[in-house]
Amino acid sequence: MSTLTFHEVSVRYGAHTVLHEVSLEVGAGRTVGLVGESGCGKSTLARAAVGLAPVTSGAILLDGRPVPSRGRRPVQMVFQDPYSSLDPRMTVGDSIAEAMPGRPGRMERQTEIARLLGLVHLDAARAGDLPGQLSGGQRQRVALARALAARPRVILADEITSALDVSVQGAVLNLIRDMRRDLGLSMLFISHNLAVVRYVADHVAVLHAGRIVEHGPTARVLGDPRHDYTRHLLASAHPLKEHT
Amino acid sequence: MRAALRRPVGLAGVVLLVLVLAAAVFGPVVWGDRATAVDTADLLAGPSAEHWIGTDNLGRDLFARVLVAARLSILLALAATAISMVLGFLLGAAPMLAGRRLGRLITAAVNVLVAFPGLLLVLFFAVVFGVGARGAALAVGLAGAPAFARLCHTLIAGISERDYVAAARIAGVGRVRMLLRHVLPNIAEPVIVYATMAAGGVLLTFAGLSFLGLGVQAPDYDWGRLMQDGLNGIYIHPLAALGPGIAVVLAGLAFNLTGEAFASAPRRAHVLPKAGQPAPATAPAAGSVLSADDLRVTIPGPNGPIHAVRGVTFAVGDGEAVGVVGESGSGKSVTALAVAGLLEPPVRVEAAHLVVAGEDLLAPGAHRRLGTALAVVFQDPMTSFNPAHRVGPQLAEVSRFHQGMGRKAAFARAVDRLNAVRIGDPARRARQYPFEFSGGMRQRAMIGMGLMGDPRLIVADEPTTALDVTVQRQVLELLADVRRETGAALLLISHDVSVVTDVCDRVLVMYAGRVVEELPAKDLRTLARHPYTRALVAAVPDMETDLDRPLAVIPGLPVDPVETPAGCAFAPRCPLADDHCRTVAPPLLDGVACHKAGEAP
Ligand SMILES: Nc1ncnc2c1ncn2[C@@H]1O[C@H](COP(=O)(O)OP(=O)(O)OP(=O)(O)O)[C@@H](O)[C@H]1O
Ligand code: SF4
Ligand SMILES: [Mg+2]
Repeated sequence: MSTLTFHEVSVRYGAHTVLHEVSLEVGAGRTVGLVGESGCGKSTLARAAVGLAPVTSGAILLDGRPVPSRGRRPVQMVFQDPYSSLDPRMTVGDSIAEAMPGRPGRMERQTEIARLLGLVHLDAARAGDLPGQLSGGQRQRVALARALAARPRVILADEITSALDVSVQGAVLNLIRDMRRDLGLSMLFISHNLAVVRYVADHVAVLHAGRIVEHGPTARVLGDPRHDYTRHLLASAHPLKEHT
Repeated sequence: MRAALRRPVGLAGVVLLVLVLAAAVFGPVVWGDRATAVDTADLLAGPSAEHWIGTDNLGRDLFARVLVAARLSILLALAATAISMVLGFLLGAAPMLAGRRLGRLITAAVNVLVAFPGLLLVLFFAVVFGVGARGAALAVGLAGAPAFARLCHTLIAGISERDYVAAARIAGVGRVRMLLRHVLPNIAEPVIVYATMAAGGVLLTFAGLSFLGLGVQAPDYDWGRLMQDGLNGIYIHPLAALGPGIAVVLAGLAFNLTGEAFASAPRRAHVLPKAGQPAPATAPAAGSVLSADDLRVTIPGPNGPIHAVRGVTFAVGDGEAVGVVGESGSGKSVTALAVAGLLEPPVRVEAAHLVVAGEDLLAPGAHRRLGTALAVVFQDPMTSFNPAHRVGPQLAEVSRFHQGMGRKAAFARAVDRLNAVRIGDPARRARQYPFEFSGGMRQRAMIGMGLMGDPRLIVADEPTTALDVTVQRQVLELLADVRRETGAALLLISHDVSVVTDVCDRVLVMYAGRVVEELPAKDLRTLARHPYTRALVAAVPDMETDLDRPLAVIPGLPVDPVETPAGCAFAPRCPLADDHCRTVAPPLLDGVACHKAGEAP
């Protein structure tokens, strides 16, 4: 596993600066949670790492070398909306196979698809299904399997549970934790839900208006927040019972 | 396919198309000899039993010639359409294939060409490529390309925003492969439908070119050519010119109607079976602003009726806040729509009674009669506001319509209400359009709209799901304040258990169109007795969740609302289920619908 480093990354769309010199490190085998309100630039940061957003200045490095922005990326991304992240006309198996490196033979392909589906706790028989036949949670697991198929060194997960029903959200979160334990994955886990981040991440970074305002071990940041904005976020996450 | 054929227009189109294509395939084989048989004894004859529409200047049978000409006419039309389609696709895909800058240039050029009169383009190209069938096919094909390009461009732009295209790019899929594997299959259907319709028009254009002498040249002939030949004698033998003309129109119609029918083929929906015996009417619960007894909502669906709500009984007391939780598809929103009187046929709403603020909602015109006694807030406020109108007047509209206020007074009230929902600088904001508001602000404006009158009940369906934590909290606090100030009751629907427990006094838990448990909000986490409620609560991590254990999950999938089971709907996913559960549906007794309520799994 590898280390992904954002070094003073800025992203600008026209006159609007979305990220201001953001520095962040996703250490080898670590899961780093990225929290912040919508529009603060969380997705943009992840997209910049795979070449989907233009980096205006700064550098994004994988083990000290720039992340390639063409061809099969060593950094893979899983998207928020499981209904738009799989091609509706491609079977689950084909979608996964497309991300595999090299040109595996037929047999090799089948074995690898079955192995990957197994990793995300899906039946290998699902390989022939179209996305329309799967539930949201199952689709999200296929999306994860596709990301793993590319043999990534780092995975970026952008709000992968927020479009899911609570009953399947838990299953996907458990899976993420299993995979970190079993595969030692490095992951940037983006979410606006603090309880979810607390459950999966060992480090947390708080993004506010395009800047990282606080970061550190999850227990420390959530237990003893130092920045006002983090406190504000935490207050919002707790019940407002006393208020009513 | 079937849906298109089921409609008379579609059927007519397809039958006609089959006939036309049959003529194109078999015409020259069957009538070829007859069409070339010269009969000098019978030149330029009128219609007769032997020659249905007469003969030409060499005495050849015109009817046979029209049938034989079908092949060339259709082939040329198809060839031209194919040229348009391929060229259009390449031009439309330019932004994806050629990079952004060149792509933008091509798109701009296409837009200019689309605005050009099509006929002018055809004539221009026809002159460039020279007289003859091949030149004409190229001309018509080229002239049709911009329209195809624009269609493809729009469709491709829609596809390339999809995450699966981004995912494929990250996975290293190249441009051409992307186009062939991800884009083409996903736009093929609308493009083919459009091409079918376009082929009809091309047929007409081609006939026009041949008629003008720019298209097919003698000794070959297509319908346009035959029309021209017949023109000289139009006053003596009108059918000689009209015959091929009718062929053109029929063939054009065949393509057009077929394409049209496929383009607008409606999703098939079965008609609902006749309603059963209506339940005997009951009286609403005393002291309630909302009372529903055995509420059932059935929606016609493609695979049979969807039983979205299957007998829900509940009441909301004056000033009370009641939450509804459950997985997606459990019937929460449909219940909300029924309560707001917003469901209309073909959706069927049945109940022993459904009374809101004293109005019987089972009688027609319910939503209108409710007036401002009911306020509704939906998940996506962007769809509840009209994007073309300023926010203030949209709020004012409510008071003008329901309370008969004047324009000035209503606008003043709108500004006042925006202020009440804590929108800063309300006078200026009232003059802005909905898109100029952030998501949280729109949601507050929506609540403000509900407050234009004097609501006794606020129905809020996932009002904060589209918002992030900080804004979510502001909206929930606003709802709480509004209730304190106005004394309105609240029916709050959410899939987020924590939101509901924070805001509400009482919670209804829905599963598969039924209420499976009803309990005080404060007891939801600790005293739930239904296995589903317990699982739902355990599945959501909160700030106190044990980090060393996996989260609880609910195995399996929710039931299909088309095939609702006879017994307990939760049985396939329930750890406690037995044969009794699978055959007998548990009634809602003492706040819980479970045969084994409260038992530990
Ligand atoms: N392609 C784009 N062109 C212009 N502005 C953009 C573009 N993409 C993002 N932005 C802007 O960048 C800002 C950050 O967007 P981003 O999608 O990163 O937010 P986010 O934190 O991920 O939000 P959410 O939680 O809602 O997904 C927003 O103000 C957005 O309007
Ligand atoms: S009735 Fe039976 S199957 Fe249904 S929830 Fe209760 S125990 Fe489970
Ligand atoms: Mg985002």
